[in-house]
Amino acid sequence: MTDDKDVLRDVWFGRIPTCFTLYQDEITEREAEPYYLLLPRVSYLTLVTDKVKKHFQKVMRQEDVSEIWFEYEGTPLKWHYPIGLLFDLLASSSPLPWNITVHFKSFPEKDLLHCPSKDVIEAHFMSCMKEADALKHKSQVINEMQKKDHKQLWMGLQNDRFDQFWAINRKLMEYPAEENGFRYIPFRIYQTTTERPFIQKLFRPVAADGQLHTLGDLLREVCPSAVAPEGIDGEKKNQVMIHGIEPMLETPLQWLSEHLSYPDNFLHISIIPQPTD
Amino acid sequence: MAEEQESVLQLPSSTAPGGEGLTEISPETTTPDTPSSAAVSPGTEEPAGDTKKKIDILLKAVGDTPIMKTKKWAVERTRTIQGLIDFIKKFLKLVASEQLFIYVNQSFAPSPDQEVGTLYECFGSDGKLVLHYCKSQAWG
Repeated sequence: MTDDKDVLRDVWFGRIPTCFTLYQDEITEREAEPYYLLLPRVSYLTLVTDKVKKHFQKVMRQEDVSEIWFEYEGTPLKWHYPIGLLFDLLASSSPLPWNITVHFKSFPEKDLLHCPSKDVIEAHFMSCMKEADALKHKSQVINEMQKKDHKQLWMGLQNDRFDQFWAINRKLMEYPAEENGFRYIPFRIYQTTTERPFIQKLFRPVAADGQLHTLGDLLREVCPSAVAPEGIDGEKKNQVMIHGIEPMLETPLQWLSEHLSYPDNFLHISIIPQPTD
Repeated sequence: MAEEQESVLQLPSSTAPGGEGLTEISPETTTPDTPSSAAVSPGTEEPAGDTKKKIDILLKAVGDTPIMKTKKWAVERTRTIQGLIDFIKKFLKLVASEQLFIYVNQSFAPSPDQEVGTLYECFGSDGKLVLHYCKSQAWG
């Protein structure tokens, strides 16, 4: 699989050009210029927007500033979802840059979790990793690691250090030679068309007959509407997207899990309506 | 661990994701402790309507966190972790500012917006989902 290592790099260094604009009703002392940033797909909004926050706070009075939150076309952006997932799910058919609106007031308690510090992001991230390893290895690999290894995973993500992160993360991608993959594949399937947060079930990378399960197998099993028969015009109704691309449905799920998972070790799969142009 | 006090109580239904409706339990909805694993075991139910069926959860206290006399509860699959946290805090009469953490497998703390039904499907066993709750961070 060493040949495929480039894929890991491409995924890690994926960037989304983004334009941050202050919400029109925020009170400022002078005009707030928009702020442009290349957002790392694999990171989290509140982890990489310190500069955005500073930029807008410069033109605001202290008493008008409370917890920052972000919104795209009326939808509050969940900081605890990876950035690339938010973009794929909500904005992938829109022209770039991605126009995100910045708020400092009226925090939408029902839609967003609070993010008072980087520690909260770290706790969330590590918890996702532990959940993923519970599925992949019954938690054995993550539990055998030392505290400093956990810290290295987090610091690797926080500081955008690919080598630092993957030196440890590769252990989470191993599996016994006699098996053909993980115990279960950690995945979450998101749809904009439903109120439910996401679909997550137990799904093995290898079928009972030894055949490798594919992305298409997974979708047909847990989210059949995503790959429903094509319309009469022969057009696909949905796009199945990971990291901004549409992987072939014939791709083995185990390979996807090893190469296209986010740093939290989950495959975050977006089902979005086929754009009409 | 002694679990002689087990009984299945129905949490009042609430569609609010934050679980605002969980002010009190309704004793009249108590049902006998019948194993409902057959009805809800993963893989046997049809996908349609599976959000309606309730699942059994078992709540266990960690450390010096107060125990709940009733440990076993039937909850809607769409109930969120935050909804459960709010419920437990009210049940134990904790002040709103006190923190409460919920853990799966004594290992990870699912995010507050995660649904218990999803966790049940992935981490439930013997027809129920075991959750540990704690006033401080118990597992890293």
